[in-house]
Amino acid sequence: MSASASAPSRAWHWLREHAVLIIGVLVVIYLLVPIAVIFFFSFNNPSGRYNFTWVGFTLSHWENVFGIPELNEALWTSIKLALLATVISTVIGTMMALALVRHQFFGRRAANFLIVIPMATPEIVMGSSLLSFFLILGNPALGFNTLLIAHIMFCISFVVVVVRSRLIGFDRHLEEAAKDLGASPFTTFRLVTLPLIMPGIFGAAMLAFALSIDDFVISNFNSGTTVTFPLYIFGAFQRGVPVEVNCIAMILFGVTVLAMVATTLQQRRAEKMASVRPDQEEEIPIVVSTVGAA
Amino acid sequence: MAALRSRVSAYGLLLPGAFWLIVFFVVPLYFLGRLSLDTNELTYYKFNWHWQNYSDALSLYDTQFVRSFIYSGLATLICLLLAYPLAYAIAFKAGRWRHALLLAVVAPFFTTYLIRTISWVTILSAESPVVEVLEFLHIVNNGRLLATAPAVVAGLVYNYLPFMVLPIYASLERLDTRLMEAAKDLYANAATTFFKVTLPLSAPGVVAGTLLTFIPATGDYVNAEFLGGPGNQMIGNVIQSLYLKQQEYPAAAALSFVLMAIILVVVLIYIRFAGSEALMGEEGMAR
Repeated sequence: MSASASAPSRAWHWLREHAVLIIGVLVVIYLLVPIAVIFFFSFNNPSGRYNFTWVGFTLSHWENVFGIPELNEALWTSIKLALLATVISTVIGTMMALALVRHQFFGRRAANFLIVIPMATPEIVMGSSLLSFFLILGNPALGFNTLLIAHIMFCISFVVVVVRSRLIGFDRHLEEAAKDLGASPFTTFRLVTLPLIMPGIFGAAMLAFALSIDDFVISNFNSGTTVTFPLYIFGAFQRGVPVEVNCIAMILFGVTVLAMVATTLQQRRAEKMASVRPDQEEEIPIVVSTVGAA
Repeated sequence: MAALRSRVSAYGLLLPGAFWLIVFFVVPLYFLGRLSLDTNELTYYKFNWHWQNYSDALSLYDTQFVRSFIYSGLATLICLLLAYPLAYAIAFKAGRWRHALLLAVVAPFFTTYLIRTISWVTILSAESPVVEVLEFLHIVNNGRLLATAPAVVAGLVYNYLPFMVLPIYASLERLDTRLMEAAKDLYANAATTFFKVTLPLSAPGVVAGTLLTFIPATGDYVNAEFLGGPGNQMIGNVIQSLYLKQQEYPAAAALSFVLMAIILVVVLIYIRFAGSEALMGEEGMAR
């Protein structure tokens, strides 16, 4: 079928041998086509307000990327929101992960449940219940603050999961060695534990940032009149999304890919320095961290 | 003494996060339930156990409810059929391309969800080559794919596919390949090996993937909003519009609560059916 069309000159048994791989590659192409469309249509010169059909090539939208004030403002709000939500949820979530992995205490199961359940709740239920909460509390000043509260809330669980996975593959002997050498608990934490789990914390922070900056549903319910980047796009959809949005999406895409590559390299270097575990172990956090990133 | 200190510091570490999740996740769920039992007194809402909100909302929007579950069920099934071969290829066939393929799977996450969905409007619009080919093959007849059910399902499949691929890949990647070799040594053919060894061992990944796809897809309203027509509205669209446009809060809260309850029941039945290993899917990934 379609598999043979992509490699017509190859022998039949080669096809059979590689059938799974060919299907896999086709699925990957399916995943990448929309990104290519976003890229090409950032050079489009649409005749009307709608950027849905190809008209002609132009660079003018790239030259004018930051030329739409409302769009800039929305983007800036999103970045501020994501940075704040990332810092706060990463600190809180890392503390929780440390408590769960390092300590035995009454209520551990309940705490685990509390962390898993938001990840299994549809966003629309989280968004609408938070709005109900704010509404019943009285006349709520919906805006940046309520957005921040919501974003921290849905980031925490993911941070805990990522950092916890890092802590579980952790060699406790290193901490014992530090203690034997006379380091106080705090010094041990600062000089041994923290550097070793840093890649996990960093990965968690990246995930939190990605979740926050891309969040639409929960923000849609709790934003009031504040506009974030996704909310701007949603609002612009009916009257036509400006081409500049495609350009900004591609810039964000490029920055994220670079950050991803940098983290992977940094993680590998940290692995080598600490030689905690062979790479088998380190691959899973990346997978987990990306699972929720949409 | 040391144990006591450990317990105290554990609660100290746990406190801020637990506080945040209880106050801004658990308590709001209670308020959602409460609001769903309010009556609308024109200028304000009054709590008086108004269960009729539920029957009214359900009888008014039952088609959207059923439609949501059909769309998301279909999307989950298609995702599984597409994701399994891809995850299998990455885990066992890709060789040194493994990292590149994984990067490609997560690449969609690097662009905003809404823009990705909008780019499907371009792909499915009447002038696009995709639609022309489908028309040539007589799969599509009137040149219209947008504002149809297949368009919405296709959007859901696209947006949630990585959530299916990654857990399946994670469980395949940890699979002991010697078991597959053992099956071969015992004269099992490729199909038997797959169905008796590989597939059962990757079940936690499949269960985690289907849940990660099904739960958000059921509540989704972006795909139906952008790619569907008035006849393709899902329950998410109704809840969103009742909350944010019509401000019919009690009815919207009732729908939201029912949505959560149904999803919970479906998930529990599914987990029971798929075995207790299911829950370990998510937990297991973290370990």
